[in-house]
Amino acid sequence: MERTVAVETGPVTDVGEPAIALRRLRRDFGDRTALAGISARLEQGESLAVLGPNGSGKSTLLRVLAGLLRPSGGEVSVLGCPLPKETHRIRGRIGYLGDQPLLYRDLTVRENLDLAAALHRLNPEQADIRIQTLLEDIGMAHRAQDRVAELSAGMKQRVDICRAVLHSPDLLLLDEPDAHLDADARTRIQPLIAATPERSRVIVSHDRELATAGADVVLELR
Amino acid sequence: MSPFSALLRKDLRVELRTLRSLPAMALFAVSAFVIFRFGLDRTTLDGELAAGVLVPTLLFAALLAINRLFVAEREEGGFELIRLAPIDRTVLFAAKASALVIYLVILELIAVPIFALFFLDSASGLLPFALILLLTNVGLAATGTVISTIATMSSARDLLAPLILLPLLIPLVIAAAGAGEHLLAAGGPDYGRFGTWLALLGLYDLIFLLVGYATFDFLLED
Repeated sequence: MERTVAVETGPVTDVGEPAIALRRLRRDFGDRTALAGISARLEQGESLAVLGPNGSGKSTLLRVLAGLLRPSGGEVSVLGCPLPKETHRIRGRIGYLGDQPLLYRDLTVRENLDLAAALHRLNPEQADIRIQTLLEDIGMAHRAQDRVAELSAGMKQRVDICRAVLHSPDLLLLDEPDAHLDADARTRIQPLIAATPERSRVIVSHDRELATAGADVVLELR
Repeated sequence: MSPFSALLRKDLRVELRTLRSLPAMALFAVSAFVIFRFGLDRTTLDGELAAGVLVPTLLFAALLAINRLFVAEREEGGFELIRLAPIDRTVLFAAKASALVIYLVILELIAVPIFALFFLDSASGLLPFALILLLTNVGLAATGTVISTIATMSSARDLLAPLILLPLLIPLVIAAAGAGEHLLAAGGPDYGRFGTWLALLGLYDLIFLLVGYATFDFLLED
Protein backbone atom coordinates (compact mmCIF):
# COMPACT_ATOMS: atom_id res chain seq x y z
CA MET A 1 0.00 0.00 0.00
CA GLU A 2 1.46 3.33 -0.99
CA ARG A 3 0.21 6.18 1.15
CA THR A 4 2.97 8.73 0.91
CA VAL A 5 3.71 11.06 -1.95
CA ALA A 6 6.60 13.45 -1.94
CA VAL A 7 6.23 16.90 -3.45
CA GLU A 8 9.45 18.81 -3.67
CA THR A 9 9.61 22.56 -4.13
CA GLY A 10 12.33 25.15 -3.76
CA PRO A 11 15.90 25.21 -5.01
CA VAL A 12 17.70 22.04 -6.01
CA THR A 13 21.30 22.58 -6.97
CA ASP A 14 24.17 20.31 -7.81
CA VAL A 15 26.84 22.39 -6.13
CA GLY A 16 28.93 20.52 -3.54
CA GLU A 17 27.97 17.54 -1.39
CA PRO A 18 24.37 17.77 -0.23
CA ALA A 19 23.47 17.57 3.45
CA ILE A 20 20.69 15.17 2.51
CA ALA A 21 19.96 13.33 -0.71
CA LEU A 22 16.95 11.00 -0.93
CA ARG A 23 16.11 8.96 -3.98
CA ARG A 24 12.92 6.91 -3.98
CA LEU A 25 13.25 6.25 -0.23
CA ARG A 26 10.89 3.59 1.06
CA ARG A 27 10.31 2.37 4.59
CA ASP A 28 7.97 -0.47 5.48
CA PHE A 29 6.77 -1.75 8.84
CA GLY A 30 5.73 -5.29 8.03
CA ASP A 31 2.99 -5.07 5.39
CA ARG A 32 2.47 -1.36 5.97
CA THR A 33 4.40 1.18 3.92
CA ALA A 34 5.14 4.31 5.92
CA LEU A 35 7.29 6.06 3.32
CA ALA A 36 7.05 5.39 -0.39
CA GLY A 37 9.17 6.94 -3.10
CA ILE A 38 10.47 9.99 -1.25
CA SER A 39 13.00 12.03 -3.21
CA ALA A 40 14.55 15.25 -1.98
CA ARG A 41 17.82 17.09 -1.78
CA LEU A 42 19.05 19.56 0.77
CA GLU A 43 22.27 21.51 0.39
CA GLN A 44 24.63 22.30 3.27
CA GLY A 45 23.33 25.16 5.39
CA GLU A 46 19.79 24.90 4.07
CA SER A 47 16.57 24.18 5.90
CA LEU A 48 14.08 21.52 4.87
CA ALA A 49 10.49 21.67 6.08
CA VAL A 50 8.60 18.38 6.13
CA LEU A 51 4.85 18.79 6.22
CA GLY A 52 1.99 16.38 6.35
CA PRO A 53 -0.93 15.12 8.37
CA ASN A 54 -0.70 12.64 11.24
CA GLY A 55 0.55 9.25 10.13
CA SER A 56 2.05 10.51 6.88
CA GLY A 57 5.54 9.29 7.84
CA LYS A 58 7.18 12.54 9.01
CA SER A 59 8.68 11.09 12.17
CA THR A 60 9.68 7.90 10.33
CA LEU A 61 11.55 10.00 7.76
CA LEU A 62 13.39 11.80 10.55
CA ARG A 63 14.35 8.51 12.20
CA VAL A 64 15.68 7.17 8.89
CA LEU A 65 17.75 10.34 8.41
CA ALA A 66 19.12 10.00 11.95
CA GLY A 67 20.22 6.43 11.25
CA LEU A 68 17.78 5.05 13.83
CA LEU A 69 15.72 3.19 11.21
CA ARG A 70 17.02 1.34 8.18
CA PRO A 71 15.47 2.29 4.86
CA SER A 72 13.57 -0.59 3.22
CA GLY A 73 14.45 0.62 -0.25
CA GLY A 74 15.81 3.51 -2.28
CA GLU A 75 18.90 5.58 -1.59
CA VAL A 76 19.61 7.80 1.39
CA SER A 77 22.69 9.92 1.86
CA VAL A 78 23.17 12.09 4.94
CA LEU A 79 26.16 14.43 5.26
CA GLY A 80 27.76 12.64 2.34
CA CYS A 81 27.37 9.18 3.94
CA PRO A 82 25.15 6.56 2.29
CA LEU A 83 22.82 4.93 4.82
CA PRO A 84 22.67 2.40 6.33
CA LYS A 85 26.16 1.37 5.15
CA GLU A 86 27.95 4.33 6.69
CA THR A 87 25.62 5.18 9.55
CA HIS A 88 28.58 5.02 11.94
CA ARG A 89 30.10 8.04 10.17
CA ILE A 90 27.17 10.34 10.90
CA ARG A 91 26.94 9.46 14.59
CA GLY A 92 27.81 12.50 16.60
CA ARG A 93 27.16 14.84 13.65
CA ILE A 94 23.38 14.69 14.00
CA GLY A 95 21.29 16.63 16.50
CA TYR A 96 18.05 14.68 16.86
CA LEU A 97 14.92 15.91 18.60
CA GLY A 98 12.35 13.13 18.52
CA ASP A 99 8.66 13.03 19.28
CA GLN A 100 9.55 11.82 22.79
CA PRO A 101 12.30 13.48 24.86
CA LEU A 102 15.51 11.47 25.11
CA LEU A 103 15.95 12.29 28.78
CA TYR A 104 16.17 10.06 31.84
CA ARG A 105 13.32 10.97 34.17
CA ASP A 106 15.22 10.19 37.36
CA LEU A 107 18.27 12.27 36.49
CA THR A 108 18.37 16.01 36.92
CA VAL A 109 18.43 18.39 33.97
CA ARG A 110 22.13 18.95 34.49
CA GLU A 111 22.92 15.25 34.86
CA ASN A 112 21.10 14.47 31.62
CA LEU A 113 23.10 17.07 29.75
CA ASP A 114 26.36 15.95 31.38
CA LEU A 115 25.58 12.40 30.24
CA ALA A 116 24.89 13.57 26.69
CA ALA A 117 28.16 15.54 26.72
CA ALA A 118 30.09 12.47 27.91
CA LEU A 119 28.49 10.26 25.24
CA HIS A 120 29.57 12.80 22.60
CA ARG A 121 33.04 12.93 24.15
CA LEU A 122 32.94 16.69 24.65
CA ASN A 123 35.77 18.28 26.59
CA PRO A 124 34.42 18.42 30.19
CA GLU A 125 35.38 22.04 30.83
CA GLN A 126 34.01 23.26 27.52
CA ALA A 127 30.90 21.13 28.03
CA ASP A 128 30.32 22.75 31.44
CA ILE A 129 30.37 26.20 29.89
CA ARG A 130 28.26 25.14 26.92
CA ILE A 131 25.62 23.51 29.12
CA GLN A 132 25.41 26.54 31.40
CA THR A 133 25.09 28.88 28.41
CA LEU A 134 22.39 26.75 26.80
CA LEU A 135 20.40 26.49 30.02
CA GLU A 136 20.53 30.26 30.41
CA ASP A 137 19.51 30.74 26.77
CA ILE A 138 16.38 28.65 27.22
CA GLY A 139 15.58 30.03 30.68
CA MET A 140 16.15 26.74 32.51
CA ALA A 141 19.31 27.50 34.51
CA HIS A 142 17.30 27.80 37.71
CA ARG A 143 15.86 24.28 37.23
CA ALA A 144 19.21 22.61 36.43
CA GLN A 145 19.19 20.54 39.63
CA ASP A 146 15.58 19.40 39.28
CA ARG A 147 14.75 15.91 38.13
CA VAL A 148 13.29 15.70 34.64
CA ALA A 149 10.29 13.85 36.10
CA GLU A 150 9.41 17.05 37.97
CA LEU A 151 9.35 19.24 34.86
CA SER A 152 6.38 20.22 32.73
CA ALA A 153 6.17 18.95 29.14
CA GLY A 154 7.31 22.33 27.81
CA MET A 155 10.32 22.40 30.11
CA LYS A 156 11.27 18.87 29.08
CA GLN A 157 11.07 19.97 25.46
CA ARG A 158 13.39 22.91 26.14
CA VAL A 159 15.92 20.66 27.89
CA ASP A 160 15.69 18.12 25.07
CA ILE A 161 16.45 20.87 22.56
CA CYS A 162 19.56 21.72 24.62
CA ARG A 163 20.53 18.05 24.48
CA ALA A 164 20.05 17.93 20.72
CA VAL A 165 22.24 20.97 20.00
CA LEU A 166 24.79 20.46 22.81
CA HIS A 167 27.47 18.90 20.59
CA SER A 168 27.08 21.52 17.82
CA PRO A 169 25.83 19.06 15.17
CA ASP A 170 26.20 19.55 11.42
CA LEU A 171 22.58 18.53 10.82
CA LEU A 172 19.59 19.17 13.04
CA LEU A 173 16.60 16.83 12.78
CA LEU A 174 13.69 18.35 14.66
CA ASP A 175 10.33 16.71 15.18
CA GLU A 176 7.77 19.34 16.21
CA PRO A 177 10.33 21.45 18.11
CA ASP A 178 7.65 23.89 19.27
CA ALA A 179 5.48 21.18 20.85
CA HIS A 180 4.32 22.18 24.35
CA LEU A 181 6.20 25.49 24.17
CA ASP A 182 4.74 28.87 25.10
CA ALA A 183 5.43 32.01 23.09
CA ASP A 184 8.42 33.04 25.20
CA ALA A 185 10.03 29.60 24.94
CA ARG A 186 9.46 29.55 21.16
CA THR A 187 11.32 32.83 20.87
CA ARG A 188 14.14 31.56 23.06
CA ILE A 189 14.72 28.33 21.09
CA GLN A 190 14.69 29.95 17.64
CA PRO A 191 18.40 30.94 17.60
CA LEU A 192 19.37 27.49 18.89
CA ILE A 193 17.63 25.56 16.16
CA ALA A 194 18.08 27.90 13.20
CA ALA A 195 19.90 26.69 10.10
CA THR A 196 23.30 28.36 9.66
CA PRO A 197 25.92 28.15 6.90
CA GLU A 198 27.60 25.38 8.93
CA ARG A 199 24.44 23.62 9.99
CA SER A 200 21.59 22.24 7.93
CA ARG A 201 18.17 21.58 9.38
CA VAL A 202 15.17 19.37 8.83
CA ILE A 203 12.07 20.45 10.67
CA VAL A 204 8.96 18.31 10.85
CA SER A 205 5.65 19.87 11.67
CA HIS A 206 2.00 19.87 10.78
CA ASP A 207 2.05 23.63 11.36
CA ARG A 208 2.78 24.91 7.86
CA GLU A 209 3.55 28.47 8.93
CA LEU A 210 6.10 27.47 11.55
CA ALA A 211 7.85 24.84 9.45
CA THR A 212 8.13 26.86 6.26
CA ALA A 213 9.44 30.02 7.91
CA GLY A 214 13.00 30.24 6.61
CA ALA A 215 12.74 26.92 4.78
CA ASP A 216 14.72 26.52 1.56
CA VAL A 217 13.04 23.25 0.60
CA VAL A 218 9.56 22.03 1.43
CA LEU A 219 8.63 18.36 1.34
CA GLU A 220 4.99 17.43 1.62
CA LEU A 221 4.04 13.94 2.71
CA ARG A 222 0.48 12.78 2.21
CA MET B 1 34.38 11.44 32.00
CA SER B 2 34.45 8.45 29.66
CA PRO B 3 31.16 7.20 28.16
CA PHE B 4 31.54 3.97 30.17
CA SER B 5 31.93 5.84 33.47
CA ALA B 6 29.07 8.19 32.59
CA LEU B 7 26.69 5.30 31.81
CA LEU B 8 27.68 3.27 34.86
CA ARG B 9 27.37 6.31 37.11
CA LYS B 10 23.95 7.04 35.62
CA ASP B 11 22.68 3.54 36.41
CA LEU B 12 24.02 3.55 39.97
CA ARG B 13 22.68 7.04 40.59
CA VAL B 14 19.20 6.14 39.31
CA GLU B 15 19.16 2.95 41.43
CA LEU B 16 20.26 4.87 44.50
CA ARG B 17 17.45 7.38 43.96
CA THR B 18 14.65 5.04 43.00
CA LEU B 19 15.68 1.78 44.79
CA ARG B 20 13.78 -0.19 42.15
CA SER B 21 15.99 -3.29 41.99
CA LEU B 22 18.19 -3.84 45.04
CA PRO B 23 15.57 -3.83 47.83
CA ALA B 24 13.39 -6.22 45.81
CA MET B 25 16.35 -8.56 45.22
CA ALA B 26 17.33 -8.56 48.91
CA LEU B 27 13.75 -9.04 50.08
CA PHE B 28 13.27 -11.93 47.65
CA ALA B 29 16.44 -13.67 48.85
CA VAL B 30 15.61 -13.29 52.55
CA SER B 31 12.01 -14.45 51.96
CA ALA B 32 13.32 -17.49 50.09
CA PHE B 33 15.63 -18.38 52.98
CA VAL B 34 12.71 -18.16 55.42
CA ILE B 35 10.62 -20.40 53.16
CA PHE B 36 13.48 -22.92 52.86
CA ARG B 37 13.99 -22.90 56.61
CA PHE B 38 10.40 -23.84 57.27
CA GLY B 39 9.92 -25.87 54.09
CA LEU B 40 12.94 -28.09 54.78
CA ASP B 41 12.31 -27.97 58.52
CA ARG B 42 16.06 -27.68 59.08
CA THR B 43 18.03 -25.23 61.18
CA THR B 44 21.37 -26.18 59.68
CA LEU B 45 22.43 -26.95 56.14
CA ASP B 46 25.77 -28.02 54.73
CA GLY B 47 27.35 -29.39 51.59
CA GLU B 48 25.23 -29.80 48.51
CA LEU B 49 22.00 -28.80 50.26
CA ALA B 50 23.50 -25.50 51.48
CA ALA B 51 24.84 -24.73 48.02
CA GLY B 52 21.56 -25.89 46.46
CA VAL B 53 19.61 -23.38 48.51
CA LEU B 54 22.02 -20.45 48.32
CA VAL B 55 23.04 -20.44 44.65
CA PRO B 56 19.57 -20.75 43.03
CA THR B 57 18.14 -18.19 45.47
CA LEU B 58 20.78 -15.65 44.43
CA LEU B 59 20.19 -16.51 40.77
CA PHE B 60 16.42 -16.00 40.98
CA ALA B 61 16.96 -12.74 42.90
CA ALA B 62 19.28 -11.62 40.10
CA LEU B 63 16.48 -12.17 37.57
CA LEU B 64 14.57 -9.30 39.16
CA ALA B 65 17.39 -6.90 38.29
CA ILE B 66 17.98 -8.44 34.87
CA ASN B 67 14.32 -7.95 33.95
CA ARG B 68 14.59 -4.26 34.80
CA LEU B 69 18.04 -3.68 33.35
CA PHE B 70 16.99 -1.84 30.18
CA VAL B 71 13.60 -0.45 31.21
CA ALA B 72 14.87 3.15 31.29
CA GLU B 73 16.68 2.72 27.98
CA ARG B 74 13.47 1.44 26.36
CA GLU B 75 11.05 3.91 27.90
CA GLU B 76 13.18 7.04 28.16
CA GLY B 77 15.11 6.98 24.90
CA GLY B 78 18.42 5.66 26.22
CA PHE B 79 18.89 3.34 23.26
CA GLU B 80 18.50 6.26 20.84
CA LEU B 81 20.99 8.31 22.85
CA ILE B 82 23.57 5.55 22.48
CA ARG B 83 22.81 4.99 18.80
CA LEU B 84 23.20 8.69 18.03
CA ALA B 85 26.47 9.06 19.91
CA PRO B 86 29.89 8.57 18.29
CA ILE B 87 30.83 5.72 20.62
CA ASP B 88 31.26 1.99 20.44
CA ARG B 89 27.90 0.56 21.53
CA THR B 90 29.56 -2.21 23.50
CA VAL B 91 30.25 0.53 26.05
CA LEU B 92 26.58 0.15 27.03
CA PHE B 93 27.06 -3.62 27.40
CA ALA B 94 30.11 -3.07 29.61
CA ALA B 95 28.35 -0.44 31.74
CA LYS B 96 25.18 -2.51 32.21
CA ALA B 97 27.10 -5.70 33.02
CA SER B 98 29.26 -3.78 35.52
CA ALA B 99 26.17 -2.27 37.16
CA LEU B 100 24.67 -5.75 37.43
CA VAL B 101 27.86 -7.12 39.04
CA ILE B 102 27.73 -4.29 41.60
CA TYR B 103 24.04 -5.03 42.36
CA LEU B 104 24.85 -8.72 42.81
CA VAL B 105 27.79 -8.01 45.12
CA ILE B 106 25.56 -5.76 47.26
CA LEU B 107 22.85 -8.42 47.25
CA GLU B 108 25.35 -11.03 48.40
CA LEU B 109 26.73 -8.75 51.12
CA ILE B 110 23.19 -8.70 52.52
CA ALA B 111 21.92 -12.18 51.69
CA VAL B 112 24.93 -14.42 52.38
CA PRO B 113 25.39 -13.34 56.05
CA ILE B 114 21.65 -13.85 56.58
CA PHE B 115 21.93 -17.29 54.97
CA ALA B 116 24.86 -18.09 57.28
CA LEU B 117 22.87 -16.90 60.28
CA PHE B 118 19.88 -19.04 59.30
CA PHE B 119 21.63 -22.24 58.23
CA LEU B 120 25.39 -22.51 58.73
CA ASP B 121 27.19 -23.89 61.77
CA SER B 122 30.51 -22.60 60.53
CA ALA B 123 31.22 -19.69 58.21
CA SER B 124 34.77 -20.79 57.42
CA GLY B 125 33.88 -21.77 53.85
CA LEU B 126 32.31 -18.43 52.99
CA LEU B 127 35.53 -16.57 52.27
CA PRO B 128 36.71 -18.89 49.47
CA PHE B 129 33.08 -19.18 48.33
CA ALA B 130 33.07 -15.38 47.86
CA LEU B 131 35.56 -15.85 45.01
CA ILE B 132 33.22 -18.41 43.44
CA LEU B 133 30.32 -15.98 43.81
CA LEU B 134 32.32 -13.16 42.24
CA LEU B 135 33.04 -15.24 39.14
CA THR B 136 29.41 -16.38 39.09
CA ASN B 137 28.34 -12.73 39.19
CA VAL B 138 30.46 -11.88 36.15
CA GLY B 139 28.96 -14.74 34.13
CA LEU B 140 25.46 -13.93 35.30
CA ALA B 141 25.93 -10.26 34.42
CA ALA B 142 27.36 -10.96 30.96
CA THR B 143 24.65 -13.47 30.04
CA GLY B 144 21.91 -11.45 31.72
CA THR B 145 22.84 -8.27 29.88
CA VAL B 146 22.80 -9.95 26.46
CA ILE B 147 19.50 -11.74 27.09
CA SER B 148 17.92 -8.67 28.65
CA THR B 149 18.79 -6.68 25.53
CA ILE B 150 17.17 -9.30 23.30
CA ALA B 151 14.11 -9.43 25.56
CA THR B 152 13.79 -5.64 25.68
CA MET B 153 13.45 -5.51 21.90
CA SER B 154 10.62 -8.07 22.04
CA SER B 155 6.98 -7.60 22.99
CA ALA B 156 7.17 -10.71 25.22
CA ARG B 157 10.00 -9.23 27.22
CA ASP B 158 8.84 -10.34 30.69
CA LEU B 159 8.65 -13.96 29.62
CA LEU B 160 11.59 -14.05 27.28
CA ALA B 161 14.36 -13.12 29.72
CA PRO B 162 13.81 -15.98 32.20
CA LEU B 163 12.89 -18.49 29.50
CA ILE B 164 16.09 -17.98 27.51
CA LEU B 165 18.33 -17.06 30.40
CA LEU B 166 17.73 -19.94 32.80
CA PRO B 167 18.87 -22.71 30.42
CA LEU B 168 21.98 -20.70 29.56
CA LEU B 169 22.81 -20.36 33.25
CA ILE B 170 22.79 -24.10 33.97
CA PRO B 171 26.60 -24.52 33.57
CA LEU B 172 27.10 -21.53 35.87
CA VAL B 173 24.80 -23.01 38.52
CA ILE B 174 26.45 -26.43 38.26
CA ALA B 175 29.90 -24.90 38.78
CA ALA B 176 28.87 -22.55 41.60
CA ALA B 177 26.82 -25.18 43.42
CA GLY B 178 29.52 -27.80 42.84
CA ALA B 179 32.13 -25.55 44.42
CA GLY B 180 29.71 -24.61 47.20
CA GLU B 181 29.08 -28.28 48.02
CA HIS B 182 32.74 -28.72 48.98
CA LEU B 183 33.35 -25.29 50.47
CA LEU B 184 30.25 -25.41 52.69
CA ALA B 185 30.80 -29.02 53.78
CA ALA B 186 30.04 -29.93 57.39
CA GLY B 187 33.63 -30.53 58.45
CA GLY B 188 34.96 -27.29 56.94
CA PRO B 189 35.91 -26.31 53.40
CA ASP B 190 37.37 -28.96 51.11
CA TYR B 191 39.58 -27.42 48.39
CA GLY B 192 39.95 -30.64 46.37
CA ARG B 193 38.32 -29.46 43.14
CA PHE B 194 38.34 -25.73 43.87
CA GLY B 195 40.65 -24.99 40.93
CA THR B 196 38.47 -26.95 38.51
CA TRP B 197 35.33 -25.02 39.46
CA LEU B 198 37.22 -21.71 39.25
CA ALA B 199 38.48 -22.61 35.78
CA LEU B 200 35.00 -23.63 34.64
CA LEU B 201 33.48 -20.39 35.90
CA GLY B 202 36.31 -18.37 34.36
CA LEU B 203 35.77 -20.09 31.01
CA TYR B 204 32.01 -19.47 31.13
CA ASP B 205 32.62 -15.78 31.96
CA LEU B 206 35.10 -15.42 29.12
CA ILE B 207 32.77 -17.03 26.59
CA PHE B 208 29.77 -14.88 27.49
CA LEU B 209 31.79 -11.67 27.76
CA LEU B 210 33.04 -12.36 24.23
CA VAL B 211 29.52 -13.23 23.03
CA GLY B 212 28.24 -9.95 24.49
CA TYR B 213 31.07 -7.96 22.97
CA ALA B 214 30.62 -9.57 19.56
CA THR B 215 26.83 -9.34 19.37
CA PHE B 216 25.79 -6.24 21.29
CA ASP B 217 26.25 -3.81 18.43
CA PHE B 218 24.03 -6.00 16.25
CA LEU B 219 21.40 -6.33 19.02
CA LEU B 220 20.92 -2.56 19.15
CA GLU B 221 20.29 -2.29 15.42
CA ASP B 222 16.85 -1.47 14.01
